[in-house]
Amino acid sequence: MTLEKKHSVIEANNLTIGYQSKKKTTVVADGINFSIYKGELIGLVGANGIGKSTLLRTIAGMQPVIDGIIYIDNIPLKKYHSLQLANQLSIVLTEAPASRNLTVLELVSLGRQPYTNWVGKLSEKDKETIHSALQNTETETLAHQKCFEISDGQLQRVMIARALAQDTPLILLDEPTTHLDMYHRAYVLKLLKTLASDSGKTILFSTHEIDLAIQLSDKMMVMTPETIHFNTSKKLIEAGCFESLFPKETIQFNPETGRFSIK
Amino acid sequence: MEITKTYRYYFSILLLLLMITFLVNISLGSVAIPFKEIISSLSGGGTSKSSWQFIIIDYRLPKAITAMLAGGGLAVSGLLMQTLFRNPLAGPFVLGLSSGASLGVAILILGAGTFGGFLGGILLSSWSLVIASALGSFLVLLAVLSVTIKVKDTMAILIIGLMFGSVTGAVVAVLSYFSDAEQLQQYIFWSFGSLGNISWEGLMILSICCIAGLILGFISIKPLNALLLGENYARSMGLNLKKTTLLIILATSILAGGITAFAGPIAFVGLAVPHLTRQFFTTSNHLVLMPAVLICGAILMLICDTVAQLPFSEYTLPINAITSLLGAPVVIWLLVRKRKLLF
Repeated sequence: MTLEKKHSVIEANNLTIGYQSKKKTTVVADGINFSIYKGELIGLVGANGIGKSTLLRTIAGMQPVIDGIIYIDNIPLKKYHSLQLANQLSIVLTEAPASRNLTVLELVSLGRQPYTNWVGKLSEKDKETIHSALQNTETETLAHQKCFEISDGQLQRVMIARALAQDTPLILLDEPTTHLDMYHRAYVLKLLKTLASDSGKTILFSTHEIDLAIQLSDKMMVMTPETIHFNTSKKLIEAGCFESLFPKETIQFNPETGRFSIK
Repeated sequence: MEITKTYRYYFSILLLLLMITFLVNISLGSVAIPFKEIISSLSGGGTSKSSWQFIIIDYRLPKAITAMLAGGGLAVSGLLMQTLFRNPLAGPFVLGLSSGASLGVAILILGAGTFGGFLGGILLSSWSLVIASALGSFLVLLAVLSVTIKVKDTMAILIIGLMFGSVTGAVVAVLSYFSDAEQLQQYIFWSFGSLGNISWEGLMILSICCIAGLILGFISIKPLNALLLGENYARSMGLNLKKTTLLIILATSILAGGITAFAGPIAFVGLAVPHLTRQFFTTSNHLVLMPAVLICGAILMLICDTVAQLPFSEYTLPINAITSLLGAPVVIWLLVRKRKLLF
């Protein structure tokens, strides 16, 4: 009786992603199929311009689905109102916030918008969530600084804190480790890992830190020009998927160490 | 928690300043009236000379109220536009909103001659002036916004705003070539800007415009805060972008259009006041910023009007000239000191 059917958080069904304008449709990738389950940490890797951001933006509803269906929590993405979707997923984008005049605390507090009243008044519970988001990302000392006063790396962590404050079961992050030093790169990825395993959040992040992603992710999505490989890192290494990521003349993947090296 | 306390302190200072500037504005004018008489007149006690009573109640009081409404309203519309366009240089004057309103009024005043006599009289009622002006600014804002969707470059948007200004100037020049001297004079006096030519009836219409615009502005406080992160983040936090954008555009065009109709195109208040306010209220939260900008705009306009009426002389300077003389150096000073304008 306690046997629960595994519940997919995101499911893509024969998905085609790309850009649409009045005159033409540019397809970036097609035939995408995957199911991501609750509490999984998924690393999305691929060469520049392969469509990692497009995929994340399409799942977040920021770009139209060209063809196929995305299900979020078993409900088609199309059926969500923006506020309902804001309760399901939060995002960290590569773009900087438009205003740099916000304090860190104000910025992170904005993450509570889906839950607050018409003027955005914060309840005690909201304040607690904001505080723990700041704590988790080691940004509470920055709380009263303005965003133009902090470094790009610090801002990156603040943007992650904002997504945490939104407190959604699903978090999408587009290259969350850019601008970060080596310690914070590992720190952020470990934080994502803990959030996934302890709080049961489902996290999909794109990254260029392939070796770190191999070590930490439950499963990985490898985008190549031909297809998308989706499996555990171990199986992907065995199948030789990482070798096909980049031209072999310049860099080579070592299946034993899980690292790339310059040839 | 300490922060809210500081803001409460600032707000009480601002309100006090508003009261003082209001009283000073009413006390000073071409006719010297003792301060005691002013207080007694305002509190309903009457004055020792009936002409004083008339000057205060039918001229200075509506003028002071118009100044507060115009200053506060334009400043709030500037704040709304800076956040909507996410550009610190946005404002009703810079983006061509005032030019659009001018065009609406020019077509109305200068075109009214063509319809002649009776019809012209109807066309020139206060309401039609407001509608023409608000419609003009609404159309320009819509045009600027549709360009913004295509052109993401903020510089380009400002240049387009300037172009709208030139086009308006050209159309007005063509219109004035064909209209007679009387109408032309009427239009030119309007374009100097004036706070004093308003009746109590006109003031009521202006108040309705300002209150409607401000209500729309206050409804948008939460979406405005979300927009500070950019459109994509705002949408990801559940914001209905189309509805919000429409609300903010409506609010700004009602405010800028309505005020421009009565007070003429007033420059720099919309651009400078939000930046001045940010020097004291170091927050981006519109819940604090919007009322602060409203009061600061009102105070600044009262000061500008007090200067414009050249106390104890018989001359009154065009209000537009005074706001530019005060506003332009403020913007330059902020740019030089801070090296960049933030919003």
